[in-house]
Amino acid sequence: MDTTYILLQQYWWVLVSLLGSVLVFLMFVQGGQSLIYTLGKNEEQRTLLVNSLGRKWELTFTTLVTFGGAFFASFPLFYSTSFGGAYWVWMAILFCFVLQAVSYEYRTKPGNALGKKTFEIFLFTNGLLGTILIGTAVGTFFNGAMFTVNKMNITNPENPVISQWATPWHGLEAVLTFHNVALGLAVFFLSRVLANLYFLNSIDNEKLTQSAIKSLKINTPLFLLFFVFFIIRLITKDGFALTPQTGEVFIEKYKYLHNFIQMPIVLIMFLAGLVSVIWGIYVSVLYKKYNNRGIWYSGIGTILAVLSLFLLAGFNNTAYYPSLVDLQSSLTIYNSSSSKFTLSVMSVVSILLPFVIAYIIIAWRAINRRKLTTNELIEDDSLHVY
Amino acid sequence: MLEGIDLSLVNWSRAQFALTAMYHWLFVPLTLGLGFIIAIMETIYVRTGIPEWKKTTKFWMKLFGINFAIGVSTGIILEFEFGTNWSNYSWFVGDIFGAPLAIEGIMAFFMESTFIAIMFFGWNKVSKKFHLASTWLTAIGANLSALWILVANSWMQSPVGMHFNPDTARNEMGNFWEVLLSPVAINKFLHTVTSAFVLAAIFVIGISAWFLLRNRHVVFSKKSIKIASIFGLAASIFLAWTGDGSAYQVAQKQPMKLAAMEGLYHGKEGAGIVVVGALNPNKEYNNSDDAMIFKVEVPKALSFLGYRNADAFVPGIADIINGGYTYTDKEGNLQTALSFDEKVKRGKIAIQALADYKKAKDANNDSAAVANKRLLDNNFAYFGYGYLNKPESIIPNVPLTFYSFHIMVALAGWFMVIFAGALFFLWKNKLEKQRLFLRLSFLSIPLAYVASQCGWIVAEVGRQPWVIQDIMPTAAAISRIDTTAVKITFFLFLIVFTALMFAEIGILRKQIRKGPDLEDEPEKAV
Ligand code: HDD
Ligand code: HEM
Ligand code: HEM
Repeated sequence: MDTTYILLQQYWWVLVSLLGSVLVFLMFVQGGQSLIYTLGKNEEQRTLLVNSLGRKWELTFTTLVTFGGAFFASFPLFYSTSFGGAYWVWMAILFCFVLQAVSYEYRTKPGNALGKKTFEIFLFTNGLLGTILIGTAVGTFFNGAMFTVNKMNITNPENPVISQWATPWHGLEAVLTFHNVALGLAVFFLSRVLANLYFLNSIDNEKLTQSAIKSLKINTPLFLLFFVFFIIRLITKDGFALTPQTGEVFIEKYKYLHNFIQMPIVLIMFLAGLVSVIWGIYVSVLYKKYNNRGIWYSGIGTILAVLSLFLLAGFNNTAYYPSLVDLQSSLTIYNSSSSKFTLSVMSVVSILLPFVIAYIIIAWRAINRRKLTTNELIEDDSLHVY
Repeated sequence: MLEGIDLSLVNWSRAQFALTAMYHWLFVPLTLGLGFIIAIMETIYVRTGIPEWKKTTKFWMKLFGINFAIGVSTGIILEFEFGTNWSNYSWFVGDIFGAPLAIEGIMAFFMESTFIAIMFFGWNKVSKKFHLASTWLTAIGANLSALWILVANSWMQSPVGMHFNPDTARNEMGNFWEVLLSPVAINKFLHTVTSAFVLAAIFVIGISAWFLLRNRHVVFSKKSIKIASIFGLAASIFLAWTGDGSAYQVAQKQPMKLAAMEGLYHGKEGAGIVVVGALNPNKEYNNSDDAMIFKVEVPKALSFLGYRNADAFVPGIADIINGGYTYTDKEGNLQTALSFDEKVKRGKIAIQALADYKKAKDANNDSAAVANKRLLDNNFAYFGYGYLNKPESIIPNVPLTFYSFHIMVALAGWFMVIFAGALFFLWKNKLEKQRLFLRLSFLSIPLAYVASQCGWIVAEVGRQPWVIQDIMPTAAAISRIDTTAVKITFFLFLIVFTALMFAEIGILRKQIRKGPDLEDEPEKAV
């Protein structure tokens, strides 16, 4: 075994997981889009909501794109197997992001052909489907999918395709497993919770503050309901384990519970994340003075908790993308990764990440220095208003 | 061969990819070029402090934002389509191809999307200098993203810096710098971004000309035209130079594409370039009809362009299929070209050797594994031919490639006339009076888009049937999904992108009609 190679594979799994968990945090934008009409009772309030989200949607979008690119580069077999097989799920996800990308810019512009309302429906669709579908798709990391992989198909000139999907549903079958959907719903309600916290942090409007707090009180229990269900089911279910010497995959009872116990750091991260999410909500609801900090507690908590779930799926000799029709086709971070050389090249590039994060923080602070108010939208004629 | 693959699936997947790529390319070049034009304008504002320059900057910036949004929304589809529709491709070359996509995200997209926020929302929140820096960084970020995706595309046209690993059954990267700095990549990047600069310059000139025709915002329009025509003229000289470089690379790496670009069926020494001409639709590579119905030619130009030698032999389509001509390879040695049949034979040997290698490995038969590995290595250069059997299958769509190429080159000349004309009339100080010239400038906006799309048609249609030159045919690159599924998504994208494009055009028109808000200038007719 080449230990450098293994380290590189693990390093890239951590990076991809980190991007994924930052993405879940940043999906507060999606959650917010699903709340525009719930919170915004009049035009003025809706404009405030849209404009505060509009300053961040690019960041979420770019994180999704980079998550995809990084996954492709580091684990190309996943990219080809899952995207090419679970066609409908991924297409549906893409579709609602296409709709989102233009909606902010076009919504209020004169001459936009489709009308303001259409673009608001696009935003809502993206908020609802984007979160639920991505969560459901990640659920298949624990519940498996219906595919086979045979790399030697490439030597069959009649039909050289390596990965095949075993059902004509091409990904839609994932919703039949409620455990997957529960994760999707948990992500959806979490994104709404985070959105409320973000509004508290970035908008200065008494009415909206009140409705955001009210909305927190509704969405938090719903999030917890689905999330706790997901976790209980997860630690009590069978998992897909890997024999490192032979690369053989087998079913192990309570695999994910074992992973928590055998990787205490991950367990600690998970618990700390969950506590931090709840703490952020708690201070925001109870202490008005601190309610602009909630997003940071809950945001960091989200990143920690989601990161630990990804690590649970891929580390400790676990198959992160199990095949339900042919166990030995299951993908592990070792059999699906790029070559050692490519991973090393990209690791050098990853040194840039701290710089990227630094300028994102600088830009965020420059833009969010003051809370957004209606006055600012009206008076500051230099502003780009959505 | 490839009998197990449904041809309609391949064709619909191609159509879908072409649709999304071409839509993406409708919006991207304006972003690439306008980004720099705005940055130059804002620099002048910061250095002179003249408020008109700020308003000028902001007007073009608004158009930039509208266009940017739709560029982003078409881009995300493209990236994921490599997985959804070209999954076999994604495994076979993902080790090399994925890296530029990831680097693009980390290096370019974040830069662009972070600083664009400051550019739009930061006017009164950060210092003038910080804002200016953000505008430049947005433009640089956009062009960096062009770099990485074009590196990936160039690698498909001319695969370098890699080796085939039989154990993983895929190509693996061996030298990152060879991939990044391959001459094809350098030419492609420079040619593509300069073409985007030309397009953006034509866009700015055309719209300003429209204002001048209506006698609106005269000062603003002349300022904009001045910047754009200097920028555009410089870019178009560079464009012609890098276009020539691209053609040279095509001659070296993809002789079949070059033959299709020129409609050259039977090669010759001292081949000329067709200036205008019409192809004979009855021409087959193996009949003796004339290839052209009529043509006006620059003698010996093609030989010179492709080989830097006016008397060099340029192989035609028939020659490439029949082989037997001599050429100089990368190391400078004289070689005799193989025929299509011979390449197919070698390709089949390579594929079989891979299968036998695997069997030998599974049976722990080391000597057989080594022997097959050697066989594979020796024939790998023709691996992709092993999936083919008909000579016609390596001929791309000649008319499409030929006409696209000629339209692109002709338009390049036309744009230079526009840039030079605008500068000349500005210098003579009578631009406002040249109504015909202004009208032509306005009508050139769609032509810039035509030229740009034609360029990609040359590049992408001309390389068929290869998705990776000589290594993987397009039909072997697909995902196993139902043709109906691809049809449905094709039409969904067609409808959505078309609707969004019309929305965009509507918004742009309204914004342009409104004009820059320069209260200090008297407004005339609307
Ligand atoms: C405004 C648009 C525009 C204009 C006026 C030109 N080009 Fe171009 N051309 C492009 C826009 C473009 C492009 C869209 O950027 C392409 C597509 C792929 C690429 O590399 O750049 C391209 C491709 C392309 C290719 C194919 C490269 C390949 O297959 O990899 C060649 C040989 C040329 N160009 C040559 C020229 C020449 C000799 C021109 C005349 C001076 C010219 N182009 C003007
Ligand atoms: C944005 C500019 C681009 C445009 C307008 C464009 C256009 C096209 C067209 C017209 C086709 C169809 C060719 C055919 O089927 O005959 C095609 C195919 C394809 N292009 Fe591009 N292309 C662009 C950029 C790229 C880039 C940058 C890449 C890779 C990084 C790429 C990869 C492909 C692939 C994989 C196919 C499908 C397989 C094939 O039919 O060859 N394209 N593109
Ligand atoms: C076919 C291959 C291509 C893929 C997979 C692709 C992918 C993408 C993606 C995912 C985005 C959205 C990024 C974001 O979130 O900000 C994007 C935008 C962009 N792409 Fe592409 N792209 C392709 C072709 C090209 C080409 C050929 C160029 C330039 C030469 C280009 C230049 C850009 C630029 C400048 C943007 C920024 C948005 C805009 O300009 O409207 N792309 N692309």
